[in-house]
Amino acid sequence: MKKILLTIASLAVTTGLAAPITALAKEVTLLNVSYDPTRELYVDYNAAFSKYWQAKTGDTVKVNQSHGGSGKQARAVIDGLQADVATLALAYDIDQLSEKANLIPKNWQTRLPNNSTPYTSTIVFLVRKGNPKHLNTWDDLVKPGIGIVPANPKTSGGARWTYLAAYGQALKAPGGSDAKAKEYITKFYKNAAVLDSGARGATTTFVERGIGDVLVGWENEAYLALKEDAGKFEVVVPPVSILAEPPVTIVDKFAKKHGTEKVAEAYLNYLYSDEGQEIIAKNFYRPRNAAVLKKHESQYAKVDLFTIDDVFGGWTKAQKTHFSDGGIFDQIYLK
Amino acid sequence: MKKSVKTNNILPGFNLSLGYTLLYLSLIVLIPLSAAFIKTTELSLHDFWAVVSAPRVVASYKLTFGASLIGALINAVFGLTTAWVLVRYTFPGKKIIDALVDLPFALPTAVAGIALTAVYASNGWIGSFLESYGIKVAFTPLGIIVALTFIGLPFVVRTVQPVLQDLEAETEEAAASLGANRWQTFVKIILPAIWPALLTGFALAFARAIGEYGSVIFIAGNVPMVSEITPLIIITKLEQYEYASATAIAVVMLVISFLLLFAINCLQWWVSRRATISR
Repeated sequence: MKKILLTIASLAVTTGLAAPITALAKEVTLLNVSYDPTRELYVDYNAAFSKYWQAKTGDTVKVNQSHGGSGKQARAVIDGLQADVATLALAYDIDQLSEKANLIPKNWQTRLPNNSTPYTSTIVFLVRKGNPKHLNTWDDLVKPGIGIVPANPKTSGGARWTYLAAYGQALKAPGGSDAKAKEYITKFYKNAAVLDSGARGATTTFVERGIGDVLVGWENEAYLALKEDAGKFEVVVPPVSILAEPPVTIVDKFAKKHGTEKVAEAYLNYLYSDEGQEIIAKNFYRPRNAAVLKKHESQYAKVDLFTIDDVFGGWTKAQKTHFSDGGIFDQIYLK
Repeated sequence: MKKSVKTNNILPGFNLSLGYTLLYLSLIVLIPLSAAFIKTTELSLHDFWAVVSAPRVVASYKLTFGASLIGALINAVFGLTTAWVLVRYTFPGKKIIDALVDLPFALPTAVAGIALTAVYASNGWIGSFLESYGIKVAFTPLGIIVALTFIGLPFVVRTVQPVLQDLEAETEEAAASLGANRWQTFVKIILPAIWPALLTGFALAFARAIGEYGSVIFIAGNVPMVSEITPLIIITKLEQYEYASATAIAVVMLVISFLLLFAINCLQWWVSRRATISR
């Protein structure tokens, strides 16, 4: 017993002694809970931010990353994963942090510029070298015998953007209607042999397993696959696609608890800086900053982009009509 | 009744050990499971039924229980063979094979799933070979059966093995000397003795397969109505923040699994009782 007391006492002394030292140069840890394909982006960005923050304040920041399907990640935070910042694939998932667990205020998306989306992306096709099946437009994808690899829109944020891109372009095409779009989306998923639960899984299925003729998904993911396996694939950008806006936010409740609000805020703001935007472009996301975008213009194909707000009336509505149980996506498989 | 229980136990410490068992089971099994049942009560009976009887969900029950059953049956046959070989023969490398059997226990199921997919995909070693005969394994229900067979393998081997070890070769020799042919020896002498253990192994492999998620999602293809297993539907529901409907399906799985396991246990009890009586 005496020994235990002694240990506790000595522990108290050492921590007491250590405290003033850490006060000089703090070591801060942030947890960034993100979605699947941002791994490489945030590895680069975290290193840059740590440097910037240390130069500015003398504190060292260590940013831990957690990646997975966007919906799963949001649920983990709701269930108590103490993220300081959340950088997810779509606003609907971040909305849930406010709605289900009251972790952030309802108006979270107005707190940072550009609807809290420092980068955007779009949905493109990744095809095998030489494009042997001549897949250039959305209509080419639904021809009989074409194998499409999208991910499962029920579990993957990127796959939801894919679905909405496919549906939206059919709706916007000349003579398009809801009935026509439904017909298109049915054919689209009938051509899908595999529905992986996340965007990264779909890339693996297409690239490593050799399944299908075309991967339909994130632009950044397609270019990343191209970078890793040059000479085996080609990116085809369809004439029309969706403007995918993956938003970011501080998770107020947990940041407050950790005392990391200031760092977390700076972490997200720095994404909008020239250097942050440069890293974003380097990782094949589309930067918001016009100058940076112009500089990297050559890497982004010209594409007519529509937004979810314009075509689907926002996420909440799109979620309910298309992805909830009994929604249009479910109906595809029940015929 | 209480008295008869007590008098049946000569060893002291019955109350203490039973109390501990109940506490342990409650903390680890009963309380978490009852939480699932309680969460389900958020749904009205009508909603509950709508969720658990949706066509997609029903298709997934059929797939999950069907593939698990086939996987367990395959394991019952080949697990028995493996156990037989390991017990009755000596050959170089036997210890290594014996250790290999346990590997599916230790391997993270995701690793198993990825490895199986890589091998059975149409550009994999086995997959490319089968593809030339028009058989597709990865990303079809067949792939699910392969994964479930893989994870269930150790159960049958490890339950049958000790029983076979206890079974003396002399009984078979006696049967042979009394004029029984090999088939008769197997059916009349060996099978009755190992039947309860085989059933236990089968039940364990079956139960394990029903709950499997990690390895299957990699190899399944996950297409609704075709290759979507029930645990995936549960995860999908969770990811849509539909906690109550997710638990509703989980409850149905629990009940079906419990009934099936209970039935197998009864069968096993009946078989072993018959075996002792006939002796």
